[in-house]
Amino acid sequence: MSDRVAIIGVGMCKFGELWEQSLRDITLEAGMYAIFDSGVRGADIDGVVIGNMSAGRFTGQEHLGAQAADMGGLGDMPAYSVEAACASGGAAVRHAYMAIKSGEHDLMLVLGNEKMSDVNQSEAMNTISVAADWEYEGMFGATFPALYAMMARRHMKEYGTTEEQLALPTVKNHANAEHNPWAQFQRAVPLGVVMKSGLIADPLRVLHSAPVTDGAAGLVVCREDLAKKYSDTPVYIEASEQRGDTLALHDRKSITRMDAVIYSTKSALKEANLKVEDIDVFELHDSFSIGEIILTEDVGIAKKGEGGKALEEGITEIGGKFPVNTGGGLKARGHPVGATGVAQIVELALQLRGDAEKRQVDGAEKGLAVNIGGTGATSIVHIIGR
Amino acid sequence: MVGIVGYGVYIPRYRIKTSDIADVWGEDSARIGKGLGVFEKSVPGPDEDVATISVEAARNAIKLAQIDPTDIGAIYVGSESHPYAVKPTGTIVAEAIGCSHDLTCADYEFACKAGTAAIQTTMGLVKSKMVKLGLAIGSDTAQGRPGDALEYSAAAGGAAYIVGLKNIIATIEETVSFTTDTPDFWRREGEDFPSHGARFTGEPAYFRHVGEGAKSLFKKTKTTIDDYDYFVFHMPNGKFPVAMGAQLGVPPEKLEDSLVVRQIGNTYSGSAMIGLARVLDIAKPGARIFVVAYGSGAGSDAFAIKVEDAIEERRGEVPTVDDYIARKTYVNYATYAKYRGKIKAM
Amino acid sequence: MAEQGVAQVWRRIRTIYNILGNRCTTCNTYYFPPRPVCPTCRRKGKLEDYQFKGLGKIYSYTIVRQAPEDFQKQIPYVIAQVELDEGTRLTAQIVNVNPEDVEIGMRVRACFRKIKAFGSGGVIVYGYKFEPTMHVTGHDE
Repeated sequence: MSDRVAIIGVGMCKFGELWEQSLRDITLEAGMYAIFDSGVRGADIDGVVIGNMSAGRFTGQEHLGAQAADMGGLGDMPAYSVEAACASGGAAVRHAYMAIKSGEHDLMLVLGNEKMSDVNQSEAMNTISVAADWEYEGMFGATFPALYAMMARRHMKEYGTTEEQLALPTVKNHANAEHNPWAQFQRAVPLGVVMKSGLIADPLRVLHSAPVTDGAAGLVVCREDLAKKYSDTPVYIEASEQRGDTLALHDRKSITRMDAVIYSTKSALKEANLKVEDIDVFELHDSFSIGEIILTEDVGIAKKGEGGKALEEGITEIGGKFPVNTGGGLKARGHPVGATGVAQIVELALQLRGDAEKRQVDGAEKGLAVNIGGTGATSIVHIIGR
Repeated sequence: MVGIVGYGVYIPRYRIKTSDIADVWGEDSARIGKGLGVFEKSVPGPDEDVATISVEAARNAIKLAQIDPTDIGAIYVGSESHPYAVKPTGTIVAEAIGCSHDLTCADYEFACKAGTAAIQTTMGLVKSKMVKLGLAIGSDTAQGRPGDALEYSAAAGGAAYIVGLKNIIATIEETVSFTTDTPDFWRREGEDFPSHGARFTGEPAYFRHVGEGAKSLFKKTKTTIDDYDYFVFHMPNGKFPVAMGAQLGVPPEKLEDSLVVRQIGNTYSGSAMIGLARVLDIAKPGARIFVVAYGSGAGSDAFAIKVEDAIEERRGEVPTVDDYIARKTYVNYATYAKYRGKIKAM
Repeated sequence: MAEQGVAQVWRRIRTIYNILGNRCTTCNTYYFPPRPVCPTCRRKGKLEDYQFKGLGKIYSYTIVRQAPEDFQKQIPYVIAQVELDEGTRLTAQIVNVNPEDVEIGMRVRACFRKIKAFGSGGVIVYGYKFEPTMHVTGHDE
């Protein structure tokens, strides 16, 4: 058994509406990038795990493990995908972490992918809705933005969160994405534009919402004792925790917090023997801006109800005390659902290695990622250290 | 004696003014309302159909009747706009109002009098003791071809009547029908909109059948106009029932209370039944009501009804016809066209 | 095998036509949709069918302005979490109201509406939506 699990290679494709590339193309690109980054040979890999939410509906293809191993020329090895809605990527990372910690695997390729732009808007919306309770939310007309909008409405009522505060995660994350060559939107968006963008589910606007994105991300992970053989700058998964909550949002006692996030973060910090103050860089699941505000509170950066205020004060900017979503977050990096959880770890690894270029957080040593499934029915937290 | 144990109505919230329809088609919008005797008509929302209207009306009827829905042994839903061509609306209603599965059920179609035909059927079943309670519904989301004269009146709404022997709020003293083969209005299988015989729908159709039905009921019950406090005639528009009353010598004030057509249009299978409901909403015990429903094709069902004492203690629990008429939101022609599926590309 | 939607809809008809849930008599909690196991009492729980009264108030809401095909004709429409008088919350559309008049705490009652249809030739799904309680002549007068 290995103490920690090392991340020795990271890679992504550029996120966006990738008209010319199919799911297999982008998966191969991200996977090869990670493999080259790690310096391992294909033959060193003994398993592939993929985070994907709904390739069957988005592209018509399932059995992604076999597809990736086959296309990558990796040959005969265990390869399969795991699904936890928007937390599928995090679940893949966690799966590999557990597989290596158990001793069953030594060196694995972790992928996350989603090709979302091959279906029309109606189908895309319905497919995303199945991350919540389809039979009792989606089917009744509650779109995915509608569910987050109801959280936002409650948050505004209970804590006085303002429309301006709702717009701030977008402004910050777009500013960060300007310096991320993989991001879907590498451009800043002024506050006024966000606040005047079209409403999709009041009070949420288009620019409060993560886009439809094609993308894939990859990691090469291995036993701690093998890491130095391949990499001079390995980083380590110091904690991997997962908690759950009710599938339907209406079954939660409160819709202005995510208990699964609170508990998984606490457990992860405990497992890594850290306090939230020890974390230098955060990846918080901002599929909607209200999500980042709530998570800012739930991980302990801000007091309950003060997530908006924390954004106003600049605490979560690069250069602030707790930088959040340095790579642009889901909003500006893009949110290819199954890829997101892996892309978050890619960003943290780059930050910890000092490879984040213009968006580098100086001297970052510890990073924490929260990857959410649905409206908080799954929360997967990883802490990465160098 | 057989009678009405409870009744309930439902009228959708949306309205369009007939003058707005006239504007679209270049008709004289200032005169259209007066000319037809229809000033606005009800429009169903995009999520409403005969099943939903029937369920809402039936739920109101059950509440007013204070009955256990599992005592209902028969359900007949009369409509010319059933959501399924094959698959009875009544099955949906039965499940949605909590009936027992041990019941008989079928859908009826007889243009605008399918609902009163349902009342007659349930009367027979109740009187013969085949069922304890029968539920008869008349409900429509009527369609008029864009630009057609029918478009000014074709409306949506429904009424449900629970027929039984005990705890009745109004006795049905007698019913008669008059039926001929008269093609004044029809819709062929697979057609989206009905066709009609224009002025032929008047004299040989509506007036002949309603008139004959009325005369037949007077004769059978040995009564005259003076024996009745209220009259209800099918309301294809605001003019026909008034003209019918004049032909028969009915004092206008005895007809006035039933003329819901002015505010909601012709709700087809719901028309006479909602008119009757409005009278039942206000009539005093002992009052007698004379009802003639008309269905194109053609036939009439006439009823002599006497209001019982129990009616007063049942009021105040469910919305009245006037409550539904007052609850309204106007839509313009574009929204109306969208809701009614008149925009072909959608 | 069944035609699309048919069996899936049919097996839930009783539940969604009448808001038929259940109640754990051990902890007196009401569930909608009905739960197979009481998450609090687990095997000590005793569940029995319960038909909700269909009355409640709005806990949170949104006005949906971008929706999949099934709902496009209704845009903008209101989706809310309704807190039923029994304490259970559910998600439903609010109809018979101007979207801008909706507010948290608003009193609503269940009504029966078309939820969706599987194309123009497929089955129609009916079920609950909610509407503001309406004026009833003679009530509370």
